[in-house]
Amino acid sequence: MKEITLEATLDNLDKVNAFIEEQLDEAGCPMKISMQICVAVEELFVNVASYAYGDGTGDITVGFSCEDGTVSVSFIDSGTAFDPTKREDPDTSLPASEREVGGLGIFMVKKSMDVLDYEYKDNKNIVTIKKKMA
Amino acid sequence: MNVNKIENGEQLTVEIEGRVDTTTAPALEAEIKGSLEGKTDVVLDFKNVEYISSAGLRVLLSTQKIMNRQGSMKVINVNEDIMEIFEVTGFSDILTIE
Repeated sequence: MKEITLEATLDNLDKVNAFIEEQLDEAGCPMKISMQICVAVEELFVNVASYAYGDGTGDITVGFSCEDGTVSVSFIDSGTAFDPTKREDPDTSLPASEREVGGLGIFMVKKSMDVLDYEYKDNKNIVTIKKKMA
Repeated sequence: MNVNKIENGEQLTVEIEGRVDTTTAPALEAEIKGSLEGKTDVVLDFKNVEYISSAGLRVLLSTQKIMNRQGSMKVINVNEDIMEIFEVTGFSDILTIE
């Protein structure tokens, strides 16, 4: 497991992306799956950066591992408890005029990843995504 | 991300290159919105778009809503990976993709 800990701010998105892309390259992850994982990582990181610490800031630890052809990425923060698996899905059948702009990110994560897990432990949010590389 | 706009009367073509993510989507939105006045025919060329997250999708949705009122919009040259994102999110039904 490799990990990176940084301040959960939108400015740090590039650093998280660079870390994840490097790990995916090393793991030999196919392009398409890499993109789906990168999108999921962005959505979950941005979520923490935008909401977890209210007006203040705090740290987030992003961990990466790849075992038996499955990539796992975990996100740990000590902000407000938030369970993304409980987020209501947007109605994707509505026409543009009735579609809301929010709620898409987590929905994309749920749809594209094999697993989206949440646990709250020792005052920390722990979100884990898993995706098979083939 | 790079954006190249071609304006021709009531037509606007926006060629987008690179990543449309949380960091770059605001710039794309500003570029598009700044040129929409009086346009009835908007084309977003995705030939060189490598990546799109929900921040980028939000820009597409809000632009589509504006164009529903004043004309039409289409997205062209969408690659397979991005098409899958459009399908998963229901955007393939909202957008006109050619």
